[in-house]
Amino acid sequence: MDKTVVVGMGSCGIAAGANKVYQALNNYVLQLPKVEFELKKTSCIGMCFKEPLVEVIDKTGSYLYGNVTPELALQIIETHINNNTPITQFIVSSNVIEAPQNYYFDLQKKVVLANCGVIDPESISEYQNRGGYVALKTIVSSGLSDVDIIEEIKKSGLRGRGGGGFSTGMKWQFAHNNKSDDKYIICNADEGDPGAFMDRSLLEGDPHSVIEGMIIGAYAIGANRGVIYCRAEYPLAIKRLNIALSQARKIGFLGENIAGINGFNFDIYLKEGAGAFVCGEETALIASVEGERGMPRKRPPFPAESGLWRKPTNINNVETWANIPVIIRNGASEYAKLGTENSKGTKVFALTGKIKNGGLVEVPMGITINDIIYKLGGGIKGDKKFKGVQLGGPSGGCIPAHLGDTIVDYDSVNKTGAIMGSGGMVIMDETTCMVDVARFFLDFTYKESCGKCTFCRIGTKRMLEILERITNGHGKDDDIDTLQTLGQQIKESSLCGLGQTAPNPVLSTIRYFRDEYEAHIHSKKCPAKSCRPLLTYIVDKDKCIGCTVCARNCPSNAIDGEPKKIHFIRQNDCIKCGICFSKCKFDAIQLL
Amino acid sequence: MRVQRIALKPDLTSNSIDVDLSLLQPLVQKYKGKKGIAISLLQGAQDIYGFIPAIVFEYLSQETGIELSTLFGVATFYTQFRLKPVGKNIIKVCHGTACHVQNATAVGEAIQEILNVKDGETTSDSLFTLESVACLGCCSLAPVMMIGSDTYGNLDATKAGKIIKEYQKEETN
Repeated sequence: MDKTVVVGMGSCGIAAGANKVYQALNNYVLQLPKVEFELKKTSCIGMCFKEPLVEVIDKTGSYLYGNVTPELALQIIETHINNNTPITQFIVSSNVIEAPQNYYFDLQKKVVLANCGVIDPESISEYQNRGGYVALKTIVSSGLSDVDIIEEIKKSGLRGRGGGGFSTGMKWQFAHNNKSDDKYIICNADEGDPGAFMDRSLLEGDPHSVIEGMIIGAYAIGANRGVIYCRAEYPLAIKRLNIALSQARKIGFLGENIAGINGFNFDIYLKEGAGAFVCGEETALIASVEGERGMPRKRPPFPAESGLWRKPTNINNVETWANIPVIIRNGASEYAKLGTENSKGTKVFALTGKIKNGGLVEVPMGITINDIIYKLGGGIKGDKKFKGVQLGGPSGGCIPAHLGDTIVDYDSVNKTGAIMGSGGMVIMDETTCMVDVARFFLDFTYKESCGKCTFCRIGTKRMLEILERITNGHGKDDDIDTLQTLGQQIKESSLCGLGQTAPNPVLSTIRYFRDEYEAHIHSKKCPAKSCRPLLTYIVDKDKCIGCTVCARNCPSNAIDGEPKKIHFIRQNDCIKCGICFSKCKFDAIQLL
Repeated sequence: MRVQRIALKPDLTSNSIDVDLSLLQPLVQKYKGKKGIAISLLQGAQDIYGFIPAIVFEYLSQETGIELSTLFGVATFYTQFRLKPVGKNIIKVCHGTACHVQNATAVGEAIQEILNVKDGETTSDSLFTLESVACLGCCSLAPVMMIGSDTYGNLDATKAGKIIKEYQKEETN
């Protein structure tokens, strides 16, 4: 068979209806004694804004169809497969013909996501056909020692992709240096940052790459046990990881004397997290794996010395692990060709918010924020004005539009007051209120604070109260100063990363959008027209024709007026719900 | 703070509901004597009953020797655990960053109004439970909600309302 039809079945694709598309195609296949193509599944292709996606691969090359419905899928079979005529109007990307979204893949550099959306994640042989487990075999064939591998990882310049950006090779070195009979390595797949789904897509799309990375890590560090700590909210990732783990065991890549290396015994088990953002912090994660409340411990001792069950432990994030096989397979110097002086390789971002083309992208370090937003993301939804981008979620900060030429690189991003983070990139436009965004993140960290240390527990609560007061129109003159002082104290005094970074969204929005805070506090106005208590709806006397629609729909009966006469909103009774604004057909309701 | 947010009280009424404790035996067998099992035990119990009845805590504590306070402490720490029975359909409204900046609040409010429940509550006919969650990970479809295992994206208050009403219609038929 020289034709293949591949349906993208990541969580997003399924949410957009990929299951129905697959079922329609599968029914078609089952009905006929013989078909001209092979039907396959893959995971996230990354082009979330065009889901569900179906790729047709024929002798000439690849054609990606977007927004596919079950009906369109059958039409594709009829026209493209059976009659060899691609339906160009529905093709979003192709390596053969011109297509509207070809640029989307041209600008990316897929290293970690190379297999995502290409292979069937439930097939180990498809992973192996694309260079999978070659790195592990290289170790055997070239006789690389544990020290050689650590040196190679150091040379590659790989830094932790979970957000901290610590040198992975150094981290491995620490765990390697601590001698013990039992050592652990952990894959942190507790992706709790709201607005981020890189790790989920990677685990759903290419679970073996993470497992192979962990096996190599275990060999280098001398670990005999591995744990993948994955959010319970990612059922598909858990299912595919379990399949991949049993495949790896069967083939001898997990278990005893792995890949024929005498005495190299290592196995991985999967631990489901139970929902707590703080468990992304290393020591809290360890407490959770031990079955306890996920509360952080004091450091030192660091996990490399005394971690899980008090044994030397090395924790890396999903994306970091997935980089390892690539580095070993292609060599550190090849890997280090990508990126900037101090940030090597690529970074995966989940591009979301007010952006035209939201999705999962992998870009080389060194690309500018503007290029990501305008070239890859296609610009701002509804062509509104770009205001800023939030990086690093609740631990991160904003990069405002005027710093859009900042390059993606750990140090350059840190300079702006934001952090690289794990890869959540939320785009905000002129209608997003930055004070509200800060309040949103503080509300999150306040709720997620484990309560162990006072500064985080009470400090986040006090900051949240102030932000709520400001967005409700009751801000006080010295609130900005208080927020800054409190923020600084919480950063300096909290026990773990959650508290130490919780004030960042507030401090960074004050730094770049102080005028918005001031407008809320002094003029009781929300410039983005987003904070409901600060809005004022009035009737435009020139436009109102007295149709009574607004008065009839007002839930608080705050609009007076007789038919065919100009209406009037009683401000004291108005609950600012905006229903009149959306119901008026004559644009006669104004929002001030 | 987490504990305050969840403010869970054990549902003592659930003791009067028939809880078949024998269902827990395979679970206890699987984990008894191993270390670090509290979360796995509770996850297993919740898979069986849909929530963790008060009597189950006592039973698990007796069988495994883990202190009752430890089990209860773990259950109230993590958002996954429920101490009250839930409705037939669990509605999860996403309040992640991407959903928030695209007005997930309006979606949540619309559903609250239609079902006449607050966040975290179950309708009196036990058909729906409304939950706010931090992130469902389908950010490009924001704002998003999940009902059972079905995800609905690109919502606004009206669309969400329509979907809920369809479910209501189906349930009454």
